[in-house]
Amino acid sequence: MLRDTTSKVVLFGGLLLILLGAFAPNWIVNQFMFGFSRALAVLGLLVLWRTGLVSFGHAFYFGLGAYAVAIIDIQYGVSDVFLRLLAGATIAGIAGFAFGFILRNYRDIFFAMLNTAISMVLYGIIVKTESLGSTDGFAISVPTVLGFAPETKYPLFVVITTIAIISALAVNYYLKSTVGQLTTAIRDNEIRVEYLGFSVAQAIHLKYTISAVLAGCAGALMANALGQVDPDSMINWTVSGELVFVTILSGPGNVIAPFIGSLVFEVLRTYAFELAPQAWQLIVGATFLTIIFFLPGGIWSLIAKLGRNKS
Amino acid sequence: MTKSNVILEVRDLLKTFGAVVAAKDINVDVSKGEIVGIIGANGAGKTCFVNMVTGYLAPTAGSIKFEGVEIIGKGPREVTYSGISRSFQVSQVFHTMTVAENLMIALAIAENRGMKALAEMDSHELREKRDTVLRRYQLEAYADLTVSALSQGVRKLLDIAMAVVSKPRILLLDEPTSGISVEEKFDFMDVVMGALKEDEVTVLFVEHDMEIVERYVSRVLAFYQGEIIADMTPKKALADDKVQEFVIGKRH
Repeated sequence: MLRDTTSKVVLFGGLLLILLGAFAPNWIVNQFMFGFSRALAVLGLLVLWRTGLVSFGHAFYFGLGAYAVAIIDIQYGVSDVFLRLLAGATIAGIAGFAFGFILRNYRDIFFAMLNTAISMVLYGIIVKTESLGSTDGFAISVPTVLGFAPETKYPLFVVITTIAIISALAVNYYLKSTVGQLTTAIRDNEIRVEYLGFSVAQAIHLKYTISAVLAGCAGALMANALGQVDPDSMINWTVSGELVFVTILSGPGNVIAPFIGSLVFEVLRTYAFELAPQAWQLIVGATFLTIIFFLPGGIWSLIAKLGRNKS
Repeated sequence: MTKSNVILEVRDLLKTFGAVVAAKDINVDVSKGEIVGIIGANGAGKTCFVNMVTGYLAPTAGSIKFEGVEIIGKGPREVTYSGISRSFQVSQVFHTMTVAENLMIALAIAENRGMKALAEMDSHELREKRDTVLRRYQLEAYADLTVSALSQGVRKLLDIAMAVVSKPRILLLDEPTSGISVEEKFDFMDVVMGALKEDEVTVLFVEHDMEIVERYVSRVLAFYQGEIIADMTPKKALADDKVQEFVIGKRH
């Protein structure tokens, strides 16, 4: 599993971050927690993107993960971060598997917009339902880690980084498997894949479910990190747009890319807001255009190019 | 031809698209090891026949049995599983990948069925098999080149090589030499037929070029307006009045 460079970089880079996190100020730890949480959803979108599929509705699964955490916290008093994560991933995975039966039959704009439609139905239900927190959402209790109630954010940072490492290693392994390698192949030529004897629908269904589970994990971890869930920051279509933005910013080249891209996005948004509170979207939009024009392969393509030049 | 040797049995096959009859009264037995040429003018029903046998089109009526098992109702994937494979008139390959990557994917799908599809694809065993296919189809020089940068002839070879890695018992080639220059067509066919002979595959191929038909096939099926008008040896078929008139286009 650790034979390739990517796996080694993920493992040792992740462990190094966990060590350095112990000495980092709170604001940096926060940036990493938010960035890595979001990156899990982007990792799922990367799997879909390589297959030629773009979802403008993965906030649905992100939101399901986040709201699962809020509901089991408020209804059942579950505070353990791992149980919350399990709940978020499970509910998102089940929903992804169920909707996958429909979505695996669609491509291009239809796939993108059907996802948006599904997410907006959930958004509408939550906004109109008092018992689900309506527009205000819920505040979530501070998570415990294996029975301990940490006094600082560091233990949660360790959990999020560990989940990020495990997810990146798992997706990297998956992408090297036969079914994982069918990403570009399906994007290039579905007919040939079928005539080689593999079901395109089943392959896409699996990829879609993986992306839903990852988005559910992302939402669950983000809810724990923020201590708050509300429809506008968890399920609205703008959240789906943000996830697509970070996917393009990161590039599909490597499983490490979503983590770098998400961190860049967190920093970019924070400083854009500080610099121009009324027009921060202008800065983010300009960055997006710059990436599309000058780095169509995302930040990872730049890193890969630098790596090639060095060797 | 003995019944036990028959690998493909087609009975009373009919395909209509609304009022248009694309194929009718098609009755054919193909024996193991035969090399059958399918000829006919444009729109005669050749590709329609290939598409029905390979699960791309569902016939309106009739029966297609492969090794005694009915295959009507099966899609391309199930048909491929059962042992029928095909290449296309316009080569169907993965154009953003290299020739070697195309073959690795094809081999991995053929070899890693079921849960094995979740195992790592890149193995020493698969790479060796890929190299054998590259050699057999004379694709070694193009192994690391992206398909979109290659000539039509090389893409066609790759398309056929990918169709064969699943070790089919019967292979249908749809116009293998279309888009290939006159100078290259015999070399191309020598490579393809040589490789297929090693694999002992039964071959049906659609062809417009009568020189190719005469040289490589043991039997000819001539199509006209969705029907088979001649089923005989190439020598007899090319001398047949109906074939001369409706396929080759020479009036008597």
